[in-house]
Amino acid sequence: MGKTVLLIEDEPNIIEAVSFILSRDGWEVKTHSNGHDAMQAVRARVPDLIILDVMLPGKSGFDILAEIRNDAQFAETPVLMLTARGQTKDREMAERAGASHYMTKPFANAEVLAAVRALVAP
Amino acid sequence: MSILNVLILVCVLYVVFLFAVAFAADRAALRGQGSWLRSPYVYTLSLSIYCTAWTFYGAVGFAARSGLEFVTIYIGPTLVMVGWWWTLRKMVRVGRSQRITSIADLISSRYGKSNLLAVFVTVLAVIGATPYIALQLQSVTLSFAAFAETEVAAGTMPDMQSTAVWVAAGLAVFTILFGTRNLDANERHHGVVMAIAVEAVVKLFALLAVGVFVVWGLSGGVAETLARIDASEIARFEVTGSRWVGLTMLSGMAFLCLPRMFQVMVVENEDEDHLRTAAWAFPTYLMLMSLFVVPIAAVGLDLMPNGANPDLFVLTLPLMDGRDGLAILSFLGGFSSATSMVIVAAIALSTMVSNHMVMPIWLYVSGGAAMVSGDVRHVALLARRLSIAGIVFLGYLYFRLSGGGTALAAIGLISFVGVAQFLPPLMGGLFWRGATRSGALTGLGLGFFVWLYCLFLPSFGPSVVLPQAVFENGLWGIGWLRPRAMFGAEGMDPVMHALLWSILLNAGGFVLVSLLSFPKPIERLQGAQFVNVFEHSPTPGGWTGGMAQSEDLLVMSQRILGAREAQNLFEGVAKRQGLAGYLPEPSPDFLQELERVLSGSVGAATAHAMIGQIVGGAAVSVEDLMAVADEAAQIMEYSSQLEAKSQELARTARQLRQANEKLTQISVQKDGFLSQISHELRTPMTSIRAFSEILRDTDDLTLEEQSKYASIIHDESVRLTRLLDDLLDLSVLENGQVVLNTQTGRLSELLDRAVRAAGVQGEIRIERDRASEVVDLTTDLDRLAQVFINLIANARKYCDGRPPILTIRVGQSDGQLVIDFKDNGSGVPPEKQSVIFEKFSRIGETKAGGAGLGLAICREIMARLGGDVSYLPGQKGAAFRVSLPIETRMAAQ
Amino acid sequence: MSPERGPVFLARRTYRRRRLGDAARLLPIVGALLVCIPLLWRNGSEASRTTDVMFYIFGLWIALAVLAGAISRYLRPSETEDGSRDPGDI
Repeated sequence: MGKTVLLIEDEPNIIEAVSFILSRDGWEVKTHSNGHDAMQAVRARVPDLIILDVMLPGKSGFDILAEIRNDAQFAETPVLMLTARGQTKDREMAERAGASHYMTKPFANAEVLAAVRALVAP
Repeated sequence: MSILNVLILVCVLYVVFLFAVAFAADRAALRGQGSWLRSPYVYTLSLSIYCTAWTFYGAVGFAARSGLEFVTIYIGPTLVMVGWWWTLRKMVRVGRSQRITSIADLISSRYGKSNLLAVFVTVLAVIGATPYIALQLQSVTLSFAAFAETEVAAGTMPDMQSTAVWVAAGLAVFTILFGTRNLDANERHHGVVMAIAVEAVVKLFALLAVGVFVVWGLSGGVAETLARIDASEIARFEVTGSRWVGLTMLSGMAFLCLPRMFQVMVVENEDEDHLRTAAWAFPTYLMLMSLFVVPIAAVGLDLMPNGANPDLFVLTLPLMDGRDGLAILSFLGGFSSATSMVIVAAIALSTMVSNHMVMPIWLYVSGGAAMVSGDVRHVALLARRLSIAGIVFLGYLYFRLSGGGTALAAIGLISFVGVAQFLPPLMGGLFWRGATRSGALTGLGLGFFVWLYCLFLPSFGPSVVLPQAVFENGLWGIGWLRPRAMFGAEGMDPVMHALLWSILLNAGGFVLVSLLSFPKPIERLQGAQFVNVFEHSPTPGGWTGGMAQSEDLLVMSQRILGAREAQNLFEGVAKRQGLAGYLPEPSPDFLQELERVLSGSVGAATAHAMIGQIVGGAAVSVEDLMAVADEAAQIMEYSSQLEAKSQELARTARQLRQANEKLTQISVQKDGFLSQISHELRTPMTSIRAFSEILRDTDDLTLEEQSKYASIIHDESVRLTRLLDDLLDLSVLENGQVVLNTQTGRLSELLDRAVRAAGVQGEIRIERDRASEVVDLTTDLDRLAQVFINLIANARKYCDGRPPILTIRVGQSDGQLVIDFKDNGSGVPPEKQSVIFEKFSRIGETKAGGAGLGLAICREIMARLGGDVSYLPGQKGAAFRVSLPIETRMAAQ
Repeated sequence: MSPERGPVFLARRTYRRRRLGDAARLLPIVGALLVCIPLLWRNGSEASRTTDVMFYIFGLWIALAVLAGAISRYLRPSETEDGSRDPGDI
């Protein structure tokens, strides 16, 4: 298939886990691990899907999401948000900021896979 | 040797003696000795400048002309003094608490620091006092002349004018020497006051001696003297009721309002308590001064040839009888009366002239540019000295121009009516909060004009200043504006006439305009402070550091005093204020204390200016330096006192706001607590779950993959456990359930261990002073090491210095062993300093690792160990101070 | 002496002090009135004798000084504060 997923997340172990799960399903996984230049990473990779952590060093995931949505090129790119905070207000914020889907850590691997497939499928 | 030469010699010796007394008193006061200088009796005696040469010579003359009427001049002050509980007590309290320097200052300060009012009062006071000073010069020259007349044959008649010149010059020199030694409003003129007290004794003794001589020497006993009085022209008590009551009131009013009386009574007052003694001692003094006046007058009228000047009976009666010694004593009495009056009047008036006229003009002209160079002090002193010389010279000039004639004799009462104009604004200001500046100006203006027109100008005689036509037909020919019969009040005694109309119009205008006008806020505030002075006697002076930044002050103080001493000072004050840490509220008390401490290092002026710069936030104000340089200290103090109230409110509000902010921050943290715990727990759990699912669901994993993923699961489990441990640790510490494992060890080894355990080698340079670390400790060493490790690890995580350096310094402070950890980074921003010790607080959102529990745990540990860990503000980078009670260390030795 | 008597004694002293404050206020007024008394002395058309008035005035003077001394002695400034707030209370 060769569809690209950009994973923006700072915990190395979580990066490794998600990369493992998705690449076995045939996705090309690219990773980025801090908030400052997340947008440059998005522009450079032009992913089909973005998985975005909320608590990133340098910049909040919500802010990055807003930047993505403000860029016409990526306004329609599906974004899956991951958070470890799990409060309802975070979910609302994510949806208002334009997240395509929202998941709370810890997640089942199958759920992530299902969500990614659902978001990218035509 | 002629008697005149003896007289001159005695006179010179007496003056030298007075210089010596004044000098010795100043020296004693300077050395902090001489509690006798502050005796209530010295205070009482200094009040006797009320009795000038006009009393010493003039009272007898007054009695010879009008009988017993003269006592009214002394009964008035007696009643005021006996009634000290009403007015004097309040005047003295206000004067002391507001650091008042003169009556002009009091009135201007009460009415919102109005300089216009001060100038007005000053001008009026100078006009009123100048003839009075001339009168003193005249009395000295006349008494000299009386001696000279006995030697007319010898042909040594001295020139009257040259006598007056010598006396005036001598007085000016004395006053400048002892009256302008220092500028500090708090400093009193001990030398001058002491000299005046001595002169008070001399004049009382001289008058009593002459009295005793007249009654028992010339007259032959009490009964004979009484018989002589009964047979004399003044045998009958023919005093009109209006003059009796009017003069008593007038003298009482003048006693309160005369600038020289205000100087000794309020400005030179050492202790309010002195009033209690003066309340009975001063009336007694006045009574003794008056006791022999009528006998001397009656005997003089009887024995002296017709046409002899009764004003000089005190001198001429002993001379006539050949008692030269007594005559010289009497002369010294008169000399003392004259000189003490001129000295104090010159000091009082020069203070007013220089503070309210010369200095404001100079400051305006120089535009405050010379402020910085610090020659304000010099200019203020010069202004005071020139003013003294000017005032004495003015008196001399008046004496010369008036020709020393009879015009001067009446000037005493005229002058009294002039200064009595101060009474309505003065009393109104002390007792009525509704009194306003406009009212005071109106009243003073009206009273001053009526006095000038009805009494002062006519006193020069018809056609001298006022043309004859005005006397007869009134101003512009209006009949009811005749200066001796205003509003048709004909046939009145001129003094009573002027007193009645001037005080009536003054008080009326004052009250009416006060009722109609609206005071400025500064007036209302001053009014409340004056009228209610007993409710809140404010401490004079002082800083109100509403806007002072404590941290700025600490930084500045560290530069001057050295870091440790400054920190101790600040910490001590903060503790007294019930605050933790090193930053006390910049309260007035604290700023005053700080200024005192700093002035020990850099001098008072610089200290004041430096604090002024930080407290004021702007450049040094004109007022600040004025306060240092001049008695005009109050100029600044009024405004600061006025601001004190509002700043106090602002400070309270700020404290509340800070408390509220902290509560809100803590509440946000408490709210975020679950969210934080959730995040910290979920992150490792995510990895664990993900990899365990991978291990479970993936069949074709390589062995390496299997073992790698298993070890990730293991590491994350450890991380979870550590977090739970921290939480439990904190909970145990917070609940006080911790068991301390006390051991003894060396601080240097403990630090070595901590540096190793923090695992920071190569990442941050650590600078230590091992010599100072040779200290044995008996405490829970593991817990203490935990604190050190945390602080070192924090420095590694947060220090952004290039290259990062952590300095560890050990020392002692206030019975505490202190270990400072300072890095060269950018430090903790002030708004974060108050929360860094709270749970889950991290600087910024940076995930530098850790859950934000470290410092909270450190603080709890140190509290258990009996010490403290605190943030040390005002350093270059982040600095933490660990302190331990010293006995922990002593126990080991 | 029972311990309860202490406060009673103190209250009495406070009371006494306030009355002394009243006396201190009254003294100059009474003095002023008494000073005017000689104005009323007339025997027939003759004015009164200067010596009589002299004795009266100096006697009054001494009495005023003595009374002022007696009152002031007990009005210590540390104790004056409470008496000064409101002359009308108690």
